[in-house]
Amino acid sequence: MNAILHAYEVTKEEDMVEPLDYNRRSRMKNFDKCFKAEITNIIRLTEMEKLFQLRMINEDDKNRFTFLPGQFVMLELPGYGEVPISISCSPSIKSIIELCIRKAGKVTEALHKAKRGAVVGIRGPFGTHFPMEKMKKNNVLLIAGGLGLAPLRAPMTYVIENRADFKDVHIFYGAKDPTQLLFDYQYEQWHRIDDINLQIIVEKPDELWTGPVGLITKLLDDIAIDPDKTYAIVCGPPVMFKFVCNRLKDMGVPMQRMFVSLERRMHCGMGKCCRCNIGSTYTCLDGPVFDYWSVMNLKEAI
Amino acid sequence: MIFKTIVKEDLKKLFNVHLKDVECVGPKQVATSNDGKAVYQFLPFESFDEINLNHEKTEYSAKTYFLPFRETLSTFNFKNGDWDQEIKYRKQQRVLVGLHPCDINALVKLDKVFAKDLFPSPYYRSRRENTFVIGIDCDKPCTDGFCASVGADVVTHGFDLFLRDIGDKYFVKVGSDRGLNVLNKISPTDISPEERKSYRKKTKEFLAGFKNTIRVENLPNTLDIEFESPVWKKWGDKCLSCGSCAMVCPTCYCYGVSEQISMDFKKSEKVKQLYSCNLLDFAMVAGAHNFRPARETRLKYRYYHQHRGFVESFGEPKCVGCNRCGRACLANINPVDVISDLQMEL
Repeated sequence: MNAILHAYEVTKEEDMVEPLDYNRRSRMKNFDKCFKAEITNIIRLTEMEKLFQLRMINEDDKNRFTFLPGQFVMLELPGYGEVPISISCSPSIKSIIELCIRKAGKVTEALHKAKRGAVVGIRGPFGTHFPMEKMKKNNVLLIAGGLGLAPLRAPMTYVIENRADFKDVHIFYGAKDPTQLLFDYQYEQWHRIDDINLQIIVEKPDELWTGPVGLITKLLDDIAIDPDKTYAIVCGPPVMFKFVCNRLKDMGVPMQRMFVSLERRMHCGMGKCCRCNIGSTYTCLDGPVFDYWSVMNLKEAI
Repeated sequence: MIFKTIVKEDLKKLFNVHLKDVECVGPKQVATSNDGKAVYQFLPFESFDEINLNHEKTEYSAKTYFLPFRETLSTFNFKNGDWDQEIKYRKQQRVLVGLHPCDINALVKLDKVFAKDLFPSPYYRSRRENTFVIGIDCDKPCTDGFCASVGADVVTHGFDLFLRDIGDKYFVKVGSDRGLNVLNKISPTDISPEERKSYRKKTKEFLAGFKNTIRVENLPNTLDIEFESPVWKKWGDKCLSCGSCAMVCPTCYCYGVSEQISMDFKKSEKVKQLYSCNLLDFAMVAGAHNFRPARETRLKYRYYHQHRGFVESFGEPKCVGCNRCGRACLANINPVDVISDLQMEL
């Protein structure tokens, strides 16, 4: 090494930073490091979607991995690639991370072929979360369309677990047809919970369907809400949350109390690659959870 | 800041004697253009005579030495149904010489994204910290640059040494401790009052020489209001969506990540590759939905990031006004024309 210039070792910079957690915001060492996780269970939800239950392999990682409802992880399938997936389980269960994944591309297709016991990588959690603390002592509307139930299931389980903190709770879920309904094996359980209004609607019923038929906005016709004491979380395709949020706006719910989760194809999760930019906002840093007012002000968001 | 002067010949000695064991990169002439102008690129050199510090500007920026076109982020080694992740950072020493104010201001902007912002990148930091940067002021504004309009015509930091030709000597701004150590190898002298005058006179002449200008103060607002302007369609129709602008841009940093598995299936490399927001699939998501399917929406997005988004995040435009994108564009689109067009339209 030439004497007049001295080498700089980036890895030596932060050897002893405490506390050890998954907040990577200033931790260079964890920039691209994934944490190994094992697929412990695979639950088939529909033709296209499966629920993957994962467990951190390293005991220490298991204790350190914490997240808030609405955040996402980068799921690494070595040899295939990395995809952003929202976490769809309760943050209170430390041992399991549940990811509901649709077969939609190269990586997710390979993942759908993976077997129990396969080892994948996880980076994260990344992004903003639903403000569950702020919502307490208020009525809560949880509305999902299609695959939107995957991200919604995290705040939903949070609300169920902390039911006493919330006033009226309405859960509305809509899908194209009954074959596309996710988590159908759990509806019975959710129905039985005291004082939760769960409604499921489909656009195109089959002969066995006995529930309501139509678009999800129809479910809003039958409820009376106190707009000053109501928060809403709306997850689903942009066209759906646009209609739902506008409807809620007409019902008097302030735009800053409606929260949506936007989907983009992140490549880094850390505000670098620009692939998830909406106008000039990084969905991975400033989102994926935005209030509806912010979404209205984002160019090309919907 | 410490100011020194050095005899021009001594700079050659610095490279040929003191830095001969380090990889040195500078502006080398690689071709002559159709209109007889020399074409320069930042390339490694062995002897100081191979480079020309009087170059107007290089066609590509020096970005490639900090954000290479392709970079391996991780390697996954497969073994018995399991894998491990191997991460390496480049830490070889390198000296980069001949960077103009636009190039150095571009690095300062990249620092804000990759070295200081949330999630600092160790890949970038390692390259940046291990690169010794010697810049040089332009003698006169280049024919097409508009760096003065975006505040990138002068540099205050982001370099180790920064030179200005003041006749038989170089006036040197010393930007770092290691800069001073290196400079001391060639016995610099303290500046005399005449040298200070001559430096200021040269700088004044340079700053007065700008002809190519745009106004950017209100541009973030104009862009917000003119989101639906027909100007975007007009320029978008010309755009070939080739991504050349982003490749030569000293500050365009967006990228894509993909994985490449080895032929023997024993390992897989996770590779980061620079991308361009003008490419068709930039905003494509799962299920093949494209958020920016039209050319004009992608061209527009690039301007929004340069002149609105970056301003929102860091209080300054991302553009340094070098017009490399304008030179590289196959369809003759350049930022001065697009922005003027947008501002004129009333």
